[in-house]
This record gives sequence, structure tokens and C-alpha cells, in this order.
Amino acid sequence: MYVAVKGGEAAISNAHRLLADRRRGDRSLPSVTIDQIAEQLGLAVDRVMAEASLYDRSLAALAVRQSRGDLIEAIFLLRAYRTTLPRFGNSVPLDTAEMQVERRVSATYKDLPGGQLLGPTFDYTHRLLDPSLLSDEAVEEPARREAGGEEIMRVSDILAHEGLIEADGELPQDHQAGDLTREPMEFPMGRDLRLQALARGDEGFLLALGYSTQRGYGRNHPFVGEIRIGEVEVEMEIPELGFAVSLGHIRVTECHMVNQFKGSSKAPPQFTRGYGLVFGQSERKAMSMSLVDRALRAEELGEDVTAPAQDEEFVISHSDNVQATGFVEHLKLPHYVDFQAELAMVRKMRADIEAARTADRGETVMKDAAE
Amino acid sequence: MSADLATYNFAYLDEQTKRMIRRAILKAISIPGYQVPFASREMPMPYGWGTGGVQVTASIIGPEDVLKVIDQGADDTTNAVSIRAFFQKVANVAVTTHTKDATIIQTRHRIPEQKLGENQVLVYQVPIPEPLRFLEPRETETRKMHALEEYGLMHVKLYEDIAINGRISKTYAYPVKVDGRYVMDPSPTPKFDNPKMHMSDALQLFGAGREKRIYAVPPHTEVVSLDFEDYPFEIQTFEQDCALCGAHGVYLDEVVLDDKGGRMFVCSDTDHCEDRREHGHVGAMLAPNQEAAE
Amino acid sequence: MSANTQAFTGGFSDPVFQSQSVFRMLMDGMARPGSIRSIEHDAGQPDPLGAAAGAIALTLCDHDTPAWLSAGFAKSAVGEWIGFHSGATITREKAEARFAFVEAGVTPSSFGLFSLGSQEYPDRSTTLVIEVAGLGEGQSFTLSGPGILQFKTVEIAGLPEAFLRLWADNRPLFPRGVDVILTAGRSFLCLPRTTKIVA
Repeated sequence: MYVAVKGGEAAISNAHRLLADRRRGDRSLPSVTIDQIAEQLGLAVDRVMAEASLYDRSLAALAVRQSRGDLIEAIFLLRAYRTTLPRFGNSVPLDTAEMQVERRVSATYKDLPGGQLLGPTFDYTHRLLDPSLLSDEAVEEPARREAGGEEIMRVSDILAHEGLIEADGELPQDHQAGDLTREPMEFPMGRDLRLQALARGDEGFLLALGYSTQRGYGRNHPFVGEIRIGEVEVEMEIPELGFAVSLGHIRVTECHMVNQFKGSSKAPPQFTRGYGLVFGQSERKAMSMSLVDRALRAEELGEDVTAPAQDEEFVISHSDNVQATGFVEHLKLPHYVDFQAELAMVRKMRADIEAARTADRGETVMKDAAE
Repeated sequence: MSADLATYNFAYLDEQTKRMIRRAILKAISIPGYQVPFASREMPMPYGWGTGGVQVTASIIGPEDVLKVIDQGADDTTNAVSIRAFFQKVANVAVTTHTKDATIIQTRHRIPEQKLGENQVLVYQVPIPEPLRFLEPRETETRKMHALEEYGLMHVKLYEDIAINGRISKTYAYPVKVDGRYVMDPSPTPKFDNPKMHMSDALQLFGAGREKRIYAVPPHTEVVSLDFEDYPFEIQTFEQDCALCGAHGVYLDEVVLDDKGGRMFVCSDTDHCEDRREHGHVGAMLAPNQEAAE
Repeated sequence: MSANTQAFTGGFSDPVFQSQSVFRMLMDGMARPGSIRSIEHDAGQPDPLGAAAGAIALTLCDHDTPAWLSAGFAKSAVGEWIGFHSGATITREKAEARFAFVEAGVTPSSFGLFSLGSQEYPDRSTTLVIEVAGLGEGQSFTLSGPGILQFKTVEIAGLPEAFLRLWADNRPLFPRGVDVILTAGRSFLCLPRTTKIVA
């Protein structure tokens, strides 16, 4: 005999208990600590901070642990926490020219003031699995150089000096940077909101879109003007004090893409720019972001909008992985009421067709008999 | 890092967020069927799992409310259980499974069978609020269509359906026109429930979290399902009665009993079914047992 | 009490639950136009602001909602009080105002200078909170429209004469238009833009 399903509450509670068990895994092994994750899985932590839009290494590491290493789940956890935090105001724009640079490369100049600094990069590592990492071998201290007094000027400033690259763009005096986590989105959107959406957008989605521009879907001839990674100071203006105070330092990755020049009868040719800025160390994300930023400026720069990466509504509506994963995964929730409606409709339509066929056959038989 | 990460406000949302949502709700009521954009927050449950409905409920709920949460008509589906538990935790609110006792009913995919009253609010969880979305994916375009009351495309689509299938084959999320002006998505409820929206005594609120829209149908407001003179709107009918309570003219779930084609039909609205059985109504499946006991 | 002190006194004693209670009355009121509700908690608003209008201001206004005040309110402590307790800025531009508070006996010469919303975003319109002499007393009006089963009769004392004409001009703009909340002391009723009013 059929008994209606009950006990959802107990099922959920037991499922979560099992989840906790699987998260912990084999109890004979030491539990991984938040510090260990923050220190040794730093790039995972960086990605979580970037896409959650919350700079807090410990909380991001906690989220990575809690999510069993599922980074989109970790991003979701950190975002849900972020949304409950009070807002005290906006920081002063970061000055990346003042960055304590750890890595800085430019593809547009062989050498330049401040030099090329490789920093802690996977580039030029040979991707061979390293058996020494199977055990806990001692690791050498890094080589350090004396901090030179030389200012590491931005490549875009070098180009701007000659007027070769478009200006950053002027915003009206009273412009307040938008915040898509506080205001409903509206299309078309300003570049400030677009960059915010891209900065917290899914790395994989932006990578694929950036890649597509390289394969001809909205090609815009990019050169990496500069990538720099390092620490910058975050400051906030305190109205009561009348000056900005330092809130601390954060590590960011910045990418300036220098793109296809354009000119007109009025303006001489100039390079255009695409911009990427990401919390933590993530060159792949910053580069993808700058490619997509440039692609999304197509309309502003008078180019034809033909490719997915140039389509603002398409890109911005689908770049958020927390939204995307929620909606895709919601399909596993029960839909049996709707499915029942579809079942009944399909059965009815099949019955109609069957009835029509039978009627046809009937007519044929009658006709045969009459002949 | 603090061990006590966060303390949450009553009903989880901060007061500023509630005010923003409350203002959107008031405008939604004054423009029936129009989708008001709102700055949807990230909730501690996934997008697509009821974040819009949860934000609406959190913004209206108070200590005197009695909350009922259903999914597919049932109080005991896992997501309904989870949302109900959320409100018990963050708002310490009284909950019920009885439709008649609830002041706020949050739902996914169904409208209760029992007629709702003046003192009740029905909050729908909405995945895709835009009824024109599958005809035109661009928000910039659909917004214009609503502004100009340009709904020809929707009628063309429904008519094409008739040309191909001999009938309007849309069975759920069946578009309606509210107070003669806005075409609205009733959320993926089966079209069986559409007539319940018309001139309802209860206020109906719709929340779409991921899509950041809130809309409303005030009480005593015309809600008309789109159709054609020669192809009038009609709702699903079931040949069977509920096997448990014998109810007729209600929406039924098909339950597969074995792998030999055995199946039965039972009420989708679990509270309605239980209430009928408590009042002595007996369906085909329970009746023989009763005879045997006599 | 000086205007300045008045501005910093009052406010809800229990903002979370009191604003929820006022909002629920507003929501029910907007859903059932013409039904009269009465607020329970005084927000200690300065004169000449009424208790209901004060509670509504604290429930709905914040720094995202510029508010406009009629002349009598503007020269009192009302602006500072709303600003201090809700964070809303007081604007002199009607078109910028999300909320407008109008003292008893005054009718704006037109609703058209307030924001009426756009055809694409009709929700971006001003809500006017207008004080009248009394609700549930005075002249009878018949209301109809969404939220009302057939007709509803309501008595309003001191509704400015021009109001019906302004309202009649507002209705055909739909979906654009202003929404109105009439207040009288502790009582209020809502008139969403969909409501038709006949004297």
C-alpha cells in the first residue's frame, strides 16, 4: 500500500551528517588546517576571494575547507557571508602605479623602466609531476634582490606620455561608482558596473570568451601591455577627518591589454585598452577579463557587434557562476507537478493521433467492403 | 578570524535590504503584473531554489505570522522543509502545514486547492519571471514590449502551437494578462491553477531572486489566461479521483507503483488530502481495507 | 523644544518589529485600496507631521530615497527629523523625490512635476503621503479597481478639492503615475494609481 513520503527533515539532517563525514575523510589522517589552506593552496584561496568579492584569506580558506575544495561552492559560501556585512563607504581608487610589485611583465617592450620581473610564476616550469612533493622535503628560501629605488612605471603611462593610447576616460565629477550587489542591473550598463561584473565573474567563462576573441569571434588584436602582481594600499576618505586613512594592503593582479588602434578624420590613430583587475594572484583571470572588457567596448568604439564576447547582455547575464550553478542545479529539484502536466498532454496527443489512424483504417475497410 | 562570524537580523535580511524590497513590493502592488527590478541579495541558499520567494517572505514576515511552505503542493518535499526550517531558525516564526491556519504561504509550482482568504498572502518562487523570455532572450527588448503593450509575438507563438499540435500545448507557466494590461508569468504552476489567481481574495506576491524581479497581483484583480475565441483556455482534467481521499477536480500526482505499468493518482496538495481523510473521505485504495476491517 | 532637539528625538523604539508592523499595514492597505488602518506605535515625530506619516517615513525612507516636503513641513523640524532617523536626503526637486510629504490643507498644483516613472520603469515614481483632516468621517467617495471587490465606499474629511481632478489626470497615464497614501493622525489609507475615485 502506498504511503505518502514523509521524513524530509530527517533525510536532510542525515545527508548533512554524511557530508560532514566525507569532508573529514579518513580520521587517522590529520585534519587540514585553515592556515595550511591559506598558505599552501593560496591560488585556490585567491580565486575564492576574487569571485566572492571579499578580501579575507582566512574566511576564503575556511570556505575552501567547508566546501571540500569545490571552489564555486566556496565562492557561494563567502558571498552569502559578504552580503550580510555592513558597508561603511567606498575606498579611494587603488593606485597600482604605487604597487609593491612582485611580478611584472610586458609583451610590448623588450625592456623598460623597472624591468621585467618574472616573480612566482608557473611560466617556464616544465609540467612534469614532481616526486619531491610526495614527501615533505625542505624548500629553499627564495632569492631576493635589494629593493631598487626605481619606480616601476606603468606601460600605459609610457604610451599615454606620447598620446599613443586613449585616455582612461573621464567620468562626471559627481559620478558614484555603481555596485551591482546593491542596485538592480540594467542594460546597457556603464563600464564601471561591467568591470565589477567581470571582476567577480567566473574564471572559466571569461577564459573561454577571451579565447573566442582570439579565434576570430570579435577579434581586436591585443598585446599584453603589462601584467603586474603585488600589494597595493587600500585607503578610505573619512569625511570627518578630511583626508584618507590606510585600511591595509591587498594583493591584486592587474592587466592592461593594448588593442587595435583606431582613428578618424578628427582624431589621429590611437591604441585602445582593455582592463583587468583581480584580487590575489590570477593572471589568467585578469588577462581574460581585459580581453572581454575590450570586446564589450565594441559599440562604444564604433565596431560591429557580431560575436558573443561583444554582447553585453549575454556576457554579463551569464558570467556569475553562483547564479549559473544555482539555476542549472535547480533542475534537480522536484518538477513532478509540471511533468505530470506534460505527461497528460503527450498522452492525450498520442491518443488523438491513434484515434485518427483508427478512423482512417475504418474508412478504408468500409470502402473495400462497398466495392 | 572571529569564531562568531555573523549574527543575523530578524528574518536574516538587514533592515536596509528589507526596506528596499518593501518599497518594491508596494510598487508591484500598485502596478499589477509589472515586474519591478530590485537589488536581490545573495541568500544562503542557491539561486533558482527560492531566493526570490525567501527574500519576499523575509521582508513581510512578522512575529505574529504563521508560515506554510510548499513545493509541488507538498509540505514535506525537501526544499520546502529546508526553507521552512530556515525561517524557523532566523525568524523563530510559527509554522503550519494547514493551509487555513497560515497567514503567509510560500510556494513553488502550486496554488493550494483550498480557496485562500483575505488575511492570507501567497508568495511564489519564480525562476524566470519574464513571460516573453523564450520568445525574446533580451531584457532590453522584452522591457520595450511590455512598455508598448506589444504582445503580438506571444499570440503568434500560441497560434503556431495550435497549427503544429492542434491545440495550445503549454501545460504550465501558462501566460496570463493581469487587470487587462500586463502579460505575466504565473511561475511554473500547472495551468490547472491559473483560474485560482483570478479575483483571488488573497494578495499574491512573486519573487525572482536570480532575475531580480518582484511582481504582484492584488486581491480581487482580473487574471485572464491568454487564449483564442476558437481555442479557449482550458485546464487539465483527471479521469481518476485521488486514490487516498477520493477528491475529484483537484490536481493529482501520478505515483508509479511497480515496473509493470502499475500506477495510482493522489492529491498533489498534501494538506488538502490529509484534511479530507480526517473528515472521513476515503479513496479507492483505502476503501477496500476499510471494508476488510469491518 | 527647539526645532533642532525635536529633530533628534523620537524614532521607533523597536525599529525591526515596528517597521515590519507598519509595512504590513501599508502592504495590506495598498492591496486593498481605501481600507483604513491605524498605526500602533508613535514614532515621536515633530509637528506638524502626523503620527501615521511619521511612521511611514521611518518605515520606507532611507538614504536611497530622496524625500520632498510641502512648504509647511519644509520650514519645520520635519526634514531634519526624517533625515536624522532615516538617512533620507530632503530634496527641493519634486521629480527627484521617491516620497513626498504634504501637510493638511495643501494640494500640489499638479502631480505631473513629481516623478511619474517611465513607460519602461513605471515603478520609478513618487509616492505622495498627504495629510487630510480625517478618515472614516466626512465626504463619501466610491472607489473601484484592483484590490476592491466591486466598489468600496470611504469617508474622507478635508480632501483638497483639486485632488479628484489631479487623480483623474493620473489614472490614464497608467502604467505611469504617482501613488498616494492619505494620512490623518494615526490613520491612513492607500490609493494606488489603479484606483478609480468617484465623489
